[in-house]
Amino acid sequence: MKIDRRSFLGLGLGAAAGIALSPVGVKLTDDSSIWTQNWPWTPVPEDGEITYDRSVCSLCPGACGISVRKINGRPVKIEGLDDHPINNGGACLHGIAGLQYLYDPARIKTPLKKNGNKFEKISWDEAISLVAGKLGEIRESGTPESLGLISGADNGSMAQLFRRFMDAFGSPNTYTMPSLESNLALTAAALHSADRSLGFDIDHSDFILSFGAAIIEGWGSPVACIQANASRHERKAKLVQVDYRLSNTANAADKIIAVKPGTEADLALGLCAVLLAKTKIAKDSLSGDVNKLAFSAMLEKEYTSDKVEAITGVKAADVEALAMAFIKAKAPVAVPGKGRGDVGQSLREFAAVQALNALAGRLNKEGGVFVMWPAGYLKFPENVMDDTAEQGAGKAKLAGSVTELVDKLEKDGGLSALFIYNANPCYALNNTEKVKAAMDKVGFKVSFSSFMDETALKSDVILPASIFLERLEDVVSGAGLAKTVVGLCRPMVKPVFDTKHPGDTLILLAQAMGDSIAEGFSWDSYEACLEEVTGDIWDTLSDDGYVVIDDKPPVGTPVTDFTFLSSAPKIDVPMGEGDFTLVPVDKMRLAGGSMISSPFAVKTVSDTVLSGKYSVVEINPATAGALKDGDVAVLKTAMGTVKVKIGLNEGIMAGVIGMPRGLGHTFNNPYVAGKGVNVNDLIGPVIEPGSGLDAAFGIKATLSKA
Amino acid sequence: MSELENKANDDPGGGAHHGINNGPEDDKGLGLGVIFFMGAFLVCFLSGWLLFPKLLYSKKEQPFNFDHSLHVEEIGDCETCHFLREDGTFSGIPGLESCMECHTDEPMGETDDEAVFAEEYVAQGKEVPWLIYAKQPDCVYFSHAAHIVAGGMDCKTCHGHIGETSSSRPYEENRITGYSRDIWGKNIWGIKKNSWDRMKMDDCADCHLEEMGHKGYCFQCHK
Ligand code: SF4
Repeated sequence: MKIDRRSFLGLGLGAAAGIALSPVGVKLTDDSSIWTQNWPWTPVPEDGEITYDRSVCSLCPGACGISVRKINGRPVKIEGLDDHPINNGGACLHGIAGLQYLYDPARIKTPLKKNGNKFEKISWDEAISLVAGKLGEIRESGTPESLGLISGADNGSMAQLFRRFMDAFGSPNTYTMPSLESNLALTAAALHSADRSLGFDIDHSDFILSFGAAIIEGWGSPVACIQANASRHERKAKLVQVDYRLSNTANAADKIIAVKPGTEADLALGLCAVLLAKTKIAKDSLSGDVNKLAFSAMLEKEYTSDKVEAITGVKAADVEALAMAFIKAKAPVAVPGKGRGDVGQSLREFAAVQALNALAGRLNKEGGVFVMWPAGYLKFPENVMDDTAEQGAGKAKLAGSVTELVDKLEKDGGLSALFIYNANPCYALNNTEKVKAAMDKVGFKVSFSSFMDETALKSDVILPASIFLERLEDVVSGAGLAKTVVGLCRPMVKPVFDTKHPGDTLILLAQAMGDSIAEGFSWDSYEACLEEVTGDIWDTLSDDGYVVIDDKPPVGTPVTDFTFLSSAPKIDVPMGEGDFTLVPVDKMRLAGGSMISSPFAVKTVSDTVLSGKYSVVEINPATAGALKDGDVAVLKTAMGTVKVKIGLNEGIMAGVIGMPRGLGHTFNNPYVAGKGVNVNDLIGPVIEPGSGLDAAFGIKATLSKA
Repeated sequence: MSELENKANDDPGGGAHHGINNGPEDDKGLGLGVIFFMGAFLVCFLSGWLLFPKLLYSKKEQPFNFDHSLHVEEIGDCETCHFLREDGTFSGIPGLESCMECHTDEPMGETDDEAVFAEEYVAQGKEVPWLIYAKQPDCVYFSHAAHIVAGGMDCKTCHGHIGETSSSRPYEENRITGYSRDIWGKNIWGIKKNSWDRMKMDDCADCHLEEMGHKGYCFQCHK
């Protein structure tokens, strides 16, 4: 018998057919797919005892209560805390991804000192004595006021501890980054009185008139706002959104009033004018208020509905109808603050919107706006100030706002040292090139950052901070909420790296400086300090995890002073030239300010926002010309030129380019950096006279095919 | 004219005709091919059906035999041992503590299994390393509470008549995946007759479709 090619073929075919008709193929396919999912290097959470610990998320100003699920003591999941007075069980995507920040590749693992262009590791002892030494020299030279501080949030014990250090050192040069909270405080100071804040009772309002506030994309306390919006239908509350693009909030609104970007203040004043002209209520409500005559005269003359139509593009009849609908509602409230309400805001706009609330008699009323007292639960012992401190702290501040400070530093310097805490000005302020140049003018920069972000990279010494999951801190709600809740952020894990609580760092630093400064910081630790200064509420705070300081409308109606508004100068924005106006767009999935998006959050960003390495800009097809959807285009402003992708979108006003904010980070984190561009690079600051705010909501731009 | 062209010209009948002309030797080749085909087919087909399942699964014995029917008779229901905890978790395999509500380190009966249990586990305070027939992968989140309490389902629907068995059958572990054979089902094609024959995702989805009109969302089970 000769075994030939055919026999082999028969053998092979037979085997194949036999196997095909047996279950082997089906079963092996299934099993091998399961096998690959169980490869030993696939991380599988350890089994073990499950516990839940309560804390507060302080990634954004939201101050949501969180519950951290742990297995064998290791945190594995963050969830919203049920029945918490702010977020009632909810959490946003940044909050639930909080654990990723613990192991972020950009975390600073140990104290660092800049040597040439490189950072070198140093010990905590070295770091503290290095900084204390430098600061000592500055003090000895008799110019303590040349130490500056740029910090993020301005509430809670950490803000006060830093301020205390600055006072004891002898410097008035403390600056906070622009935030919704600080803008509202400025508005309250201009219209009512200093040291107050504004809270919007959106929860109980039946007519929310939002001037571009991104209520479901991160305005104020994001989870609280999303929940207030979600309950609108049940409550039969209306939302009217004044906007120039179809944001998620506008999309959810009952009505959208399309307005030319930058003219929101004029629309608000136009509405005020209608109220004054057409209703008795408004006129009566002016009794007792300051400079009301000049204000109403100005409205009568300059804000007739026709004039308002010409400025804002909103029809005169619509302006009148909107004003009447607003006043006729039972509990209306007007909400200022485009997008998240932080960068690129004008005080004139905030004040105009607040004037509308005042005229409609909505101050300190349920469902209106509360002119709130400071939380006032902290009682620090008296500071210890020597002569140098008294002298220095009594001097005038270099600038009125952080933007003015940047301007001043860049032009002629003025600070010999700078502390940066909880802030990333080199990314979050407009015209980042200028901010970086201003930083270069400061000889010695000390960063208390947790991450090697754009600003930390510019620093001379880094005293790395433990993140919120590793530290204790009182977290005060604010950000436009109509209640004050103090939550306790508690360490959920031991610091993963060689970091310290910035409060402890500051205490060590003060003690290393000796004399009166050390005396004012004689606590053993930040924990001891917190326990002392929160005295009255400490027990409840540590037992329950939060204390509701106030959730009722303040008593009485505060007086409104219209002086600022009757003379508030209009500013010429946007600057530059071009057919388009470029505006930043806040997105829920992208963090803003000093918070950097987590890898998880970036993963959820759709490709209509970030496509490959390009930021996608929204433009209306009517103004697109030859540009097509998905084209790569060159976007040019007076500040710079970048490449972007075109996203045609009927939901944006013709002539406006909407660019997502929160992209284009440039530090060492492959998951977050190198994606898209930072819109702040492209916008130049426009300082508003009278407030010092950077009111540049946008800039003129050109767009051409790449 | 080339040889190839000659051939083409000589053989206008094409391939079929060509085959017939090939003579007896080639016929025998084809016959052998068929035999080889049949042989290989049979060997592979039969081993696929008979040998493969035996090779795929390794058999493991439980630490000792457990008589469900005896326990149900004594106690009366499943819930005494397989109960829902207050936090919603389920006692799939009751811990030793739960057994010790009745058992002590003195054997209760005459059986060898009882003796093993009393001596090796109760007396030494050691948990019994039961092999779990119904263990699902880590990526599956399954709530017994949702099915028993909210859905009012019977244990049998998924676990079959386990309460009536008097001996623990061997645990068959898939050598590739490490999972119990119960998940895929006894039938090597994965065909099922009863709802408790298999416990794969499709089986959950089928039931959900039938009961709820919807197969369910990914995140219901994969959390
Ligand atoms: S809204 Fe802010 S505070 Fe609340 S969970 Fe999200 S990031 Fe945290």
